[in-house]
Amino acid sequence: MKRIVLKGAALAALLATGALAEEPKLIINGEIELPTRVPAPSHMDAIDEITSGWVYRTKETQALQMDDFDNPGMIFVDVGQELFETAEGDAGKACADCHESAEEFAGLKASMPRVNEEGELESMPDVINECRTERMQADAWKWSGPEMSAMTALISLQSRGMPVDVAIDGAAAPFWEQGKEIYYTRYGQLDLACSNCHENNYDMMIRADHLSQGQTNGFPNYRLKNAKINTVHGRFKGCMKNIRAQPFAEGGDEFKALELYVASRGNGLPVESPSVRN
Amino acid sequence: MAKGVKPRVKVPKSAEAGEVITIKTLISHKMESGQRKDSDGNVIPRSIINRFTCDFNGENVIDVTIEPAVSTNPYFEFEAKVPEAGEFKFTWYDDDGSVYEESKSIAIG
Repeated sequence: MKRIVLKGAALAALLATGALAEEPKLIINGEIELPTRVPAPSHMDAIDEITSGWVYRTKETQALQMDDFDNPGMIFVDVGQELFETAEGDAGKACADCHESAEEFAGLKASMPRVNEEGELESMPDVINECRTERMQADAWKWSGPEMSAMTALISLQSRGMPVDVAIDGAAAPFWEQGKEIYYTRYGQLDLACSNCHENNYDMMIRADHLSQGQTNGFPNYRLKNAKINTVHGRFKGCMKNIRAQPFAEGGDEFKALELYVASRGNGLPVESPSVRN
Repeated sequence: MAKGVKPRVKVPKSAEAGEVITIKTLISHKMESGQRKDSDGNVIPRSIINRFTCDFNGENVIDVTIEPAVSTNPYFEFEAKVPEAGEFKFTWYDDDGSVYEESKSIAIG
């Protein structure tokens, strides 16, 4: 009798919670819970709910992101911290000479890319390189080079948990339109647009890969595939090569506009940087 | 000393006497296998961490021989029984003779 009661209780619990509630939750260090599904921003017609790329990865990959000690991206955050404190250039300054700590940059990742005072669309590496060349009088870092990736990982981590909130109106509107145009344009020998995979077919398998919505809230991210921090533009480039297209330049106007548009498709999702993906 | 080497260890701050705890260790190291060649065709010399040990109050907990097939940033997770309060001492031995050390103390209760 007791056994039957237990079985009944278990079944009731299963029915009550349903399939969705069984979905794993992204809780980092057992403390910070980050929502992985939120309502889509109003400018998106085809999708009602936006999802973090984390939900499409395997249990093992998901677990790596749930503990900062296990997250290999944190090694690069440490590298970024060292760079932050290292003086370079003719001015003999380090980031830390002007900025008390990287924590000052909380919120920056959530609002990037943005239009600056000169009316140009700028991404985080632009801001870092402007500091390096003008105030530190040092050489600019390569867009997706190891130093830049580490520094953007450090700065993006400060915004972890904050909802992505990039401006798409006002001065940003023409860039956003340009990005949207690129997103829906078919490129390459395979004749595919971003939307073909990440809007029409997310959550499906493309051969062995589980397609995500292509959200950028976890960038820069650590990829198991190449054991390093990867930038958004590096990922765009990889995607374009996969569809056998000639990629745009990293740090170029096209990718920056696309970065803005794709980021706006994630408005509302929490920043996860540095996330772990395969 | 190889560049960018930084040991990291995660040990609980306290445990019950006799409790089995999980210890996580990670050292950032490029772990050059000695099998690769550079763009000129010359062999890149081997440079790895070849041994890792952990001791608790002078008693050995684990002693690992590491071979070149182990990939970059070697990570070890293992369990240890904590009979009393004390200190875990972790040591990594580099091919170039460098020794990297880290220690963590643990309280009872």
